[in-house]
Amino acid sequence: MLAFIKRREPFWLFVHSPSAMIAAFLTALIILGALFAPLIAPSNPYDLSSFSLMDGLLPPVWQDGGRSAFLLGTDDQGRDMISSILYGARLSLVIGLTAMVIATVLGVGLGLAAGYFGGRFDAVIMRIADVQLALPAILTALLIDGIARGILPTEIQQNMRVTVLTLAIALSLWVNFARTARASTFVEKNKEYVEAAIIMGQHPLRIMLIQILPNIVGPLLVIMTVDLASAILLEATLSFLGIGLPADSPSLGTLIRIGMQFLLSGEWWILWIPTVFLIVLVVAINVLGDFLRDIFNPGLR
Amino acid sequence: MLTVQDLTVRFPSRFGDFTAIKGVSLSVAPGEIHGLVGESGAGKSTIGAAVIGLLQSPGYVAEGSMTLQDTDLRTLSTDQAHKMRGKRISMIFQDPQTSLNPLMTVQDQLVETIQAHEDISKTQARKRAIDLLEEIGIKNAETRIRAYPHQFSGGMRQRVVIALALCTDPDLIIADEPTTALDVAVQSQVLGLIRRLADTRQIGFLLITHDIGVIAQIADRVTVLRHGIVMETGKTAQVLGKPKNPYTVDLMKAVPPLDRRLDRFLVPGEDRKSDTDRDQAKGDKAEKWLLAGQKDPATGLAINDLSVRFVGERTSLWRKPKPFIALNNVSLDVRPGTIMGLVGESGSGKSTLAKAITGLVKPALGTIRLQDLDLPHGRDRGRHHPSRRLIQMVFQDPFSSLNARHRIGYILGEPLLHYGFEPDAKLRRNLVADMLELVGLTPDAIDKYPHQFSGGQRQRIAVARTLLARPKFLICDEPTSALDVSIQAQILNLLKDLQATFGLTILFISHNLAVVRQMADDVTVLRYGKVVETGKVEDVFERPRAEYTKELLALTPVTPSDW
Repeated sequence: MLAFIKRREPFWLFVHSPSAMIAAFLTALIILGALFAPLIAPSNPYDLSSFSLMDGLLPPVWQDGGRSAFLLGTDDQGRDMISSILYGARLSLVIGLTAMVIATVLGVGLGLAAGYFGGRFDAVIMRIADVQLALPAILTALLIDGIARGILPTEIQQNMRVTVLTLAIALSLWVNFARTARASTFVEKNKEYVEAAIIMGQHPLRIMLIQILPNIVGPLLVIMTVDLASAILLEATLSFLGIGLPADSPSLGTLIRIGMQFLLSGEWWILWIPTVFLIVLVVAINVLGDFLRDIFNPGLR
Repeated sequence: MLTVQDLTVRFPSRFGDFTAIKGVSLSVAPGEIHGLVGESGAGKSTIGAAVIGLLQSPGYVAEGSMTLQDTDLRTLSTDQAHKMRGKRISMIFQDPQTSLNPLMTVQDQLVETIQAHEDISKTQARKRAIDLLEEIGIKNAETRIRAYPHQFSGGMRQRVVIALALCTDPDLIIADEPTTALDVAVQSQVLGLIRRLADTRQIGFLLITHDIGVIAQIADRVTVLRHGIVMETGKTAQVLGKPKNPYTVDLMKAVPPLDRRLDRFLVPGEDRKSDTDRDQAKGDKAEKWLLAGQKDPATGLAINDLSVRFVGERTSLWRKPKPFIALNNVSLDVRPGTIMGLVGESGSGKSTLAKAITGLVKPALGTIRLQDLDLPHGRDRGRHHPSRRLIQMVFQDPFSSLNARHRIGYILGEPLLHYGFEPDAKLRRNLVADMLELVGLTPDAIDKYPHQFSGGQRQRIAVARTLLARPKFLICDEPTSALDVSIQAQILNLLKDLQATFGLTILFISHNLAVVRQMADDVTVLRYGKVVETGKVEDVFERPRAEYTKELLALTPVTPSDW
């Protein structure tokens, strides 16, 4: 059936790896669910008028007192858990993806230039990266969040929350990309095809982007997937600590924070369901990243 | 002693078995050096691995028998095979850099090996190790034995590897390309040592190599392999001197002789008739386009008192590190329209000179002039300096000189676009396709990626790329040292043809004297960054003046012409 696929090509390896297939399936399912949340979610968790306190603290449908209208139960405000999670995943994914893309562009750009030019430029960039690396990601994010709170007026702050959060996460992740891009560039720039381009007198920018970048994209792709998972986790952590998104537009982290209050009071679903959801999402993305790493490791092919 | 009968080795795969070795028979007598020669992929190393029982999984011996004296090597259990390895069969590998453990002293490695096979005390083992090192020509063995591998030079390190193979007193030693990584002077010493060991200790050697000169110099008998099948076997002088098999005949014709110059190599599958046809019909447009750009007369290159220094190793925290002098007052004159050969051992500064000419390395002193054009040094030469187009380079490694992520059409289109020759994408593509034909490839190569080509084809593509810049001066840095002899002959023919047609001036860098003899009009010999001798190629090869040149010529393994 799959005879048309070339052996040992990435896609062949993919259909022969059950863990990668399951991970890809779960990731795709969650992304689709988040993307089409307004269409498939039973209710809109942002619309305060759509839920009533009367429906508060309902357990999932398989437990006594559960109602079929709320398959996974409701929180104390009467919000449907499924809807909250789908909308929350939407926010988490948007923030995670955007942060990852910003970190990639920033990190790869700086790393490529540092590796290509070397010398003092390289030293400065990499020392900045070292300082960045010495600060835990959460601390960086807290710092940026604090600065934003300090300088922005209160009205704008509420609207800027997502932007500030994204930037904070991106700034704590770019170092990974910069280091990998720099190391790979060091290897590539001594190869003869790069020398040929230099002899020809090609512009350094062209050599970096057209000659070197396509050759170092493999390891970067791996980091992109792994860091996507990190970005989502980081967002969840910040929201959990209360410096992320507010309770009226909850992301996964915010949902978990809300659920914490009910951890010991018997309403387990408010905490556990978003937590399990987050774990599944992050693990699935990580498994995909591992699979990509295997593909780009020529020793295993 | 070693008898291999009808050996067949298979590598199973999803699409049926791949037969790497088909019905190979050979034998090695005590004290005999049996050469195993063939081009890459012929299965030389696979035979060696099968004999010593180290075939890479999933390869397996499908048929045939291998016996060492009365021991059947095929029926040995894993444990028995392990004991037999080292004790009765040893191996010498190609690269002495990697076949010794860098973290253990030579003494530890030798003693460990001796004690693994014999129940003797450490002091006795050590004494034996010292005797061995002395026997294979390491002076002060008593103290040198405590050194680490990196404290030995390349040739000495290969001697240590030989001592390691020898220390258990084996009957048979498999030497897999033992001198390929070494310079000629060291190579000749190591080969002499192998010959001496075969004669004095009656050890049988299975000498695996692609270098026919090496075989001619020391092997008693030779087996020629191709695609895992024996083409010809017999006494060395008979097989190499009067080859019967057509493949061996072709192979011998492709070997460049040191003592005379051939006009062209006769290459199997490329007879001269079809070659001239190609020049007329195919690649016509590309040839016209190139000739249109060659209107002005040929260009020479003059180098005057060029010195290149690199930052040396720091010996003290306070003192400035002493510079390492890579080139020392080198002067060179490449006459317009000729080929200048540049020879020397590794570390003599050949490649540094090429890099100085192309501006990749900045010389400390001296001048480089391309005809009437002064070439600024290093980064002082701007990106738009006219020499960026006029000087082009063919690199040694065809695997890394083409960007693996771009299609051939794109790679070859780059110079056309960059120098503004052909802004129109369609015309550019036509010209590239035609240029591919000019260098002997089919135009459908244009949409493929570099990894879809063999080394020789890639080198043709690399040559095509340089031509598309309409260069006047070409630097070829070891353009054929990564290629098999028959492929080497094709590439050398191609370069000769192109040089004659377009009046190019070429600096041809090689460590292989025979190749330089075939290609060059003039030759310069470099050693430790200094010019030792320079002159017309016939003069230097037939009447060398410098001692060093004489030595190089004498030590280069050649096939005797009186066979």
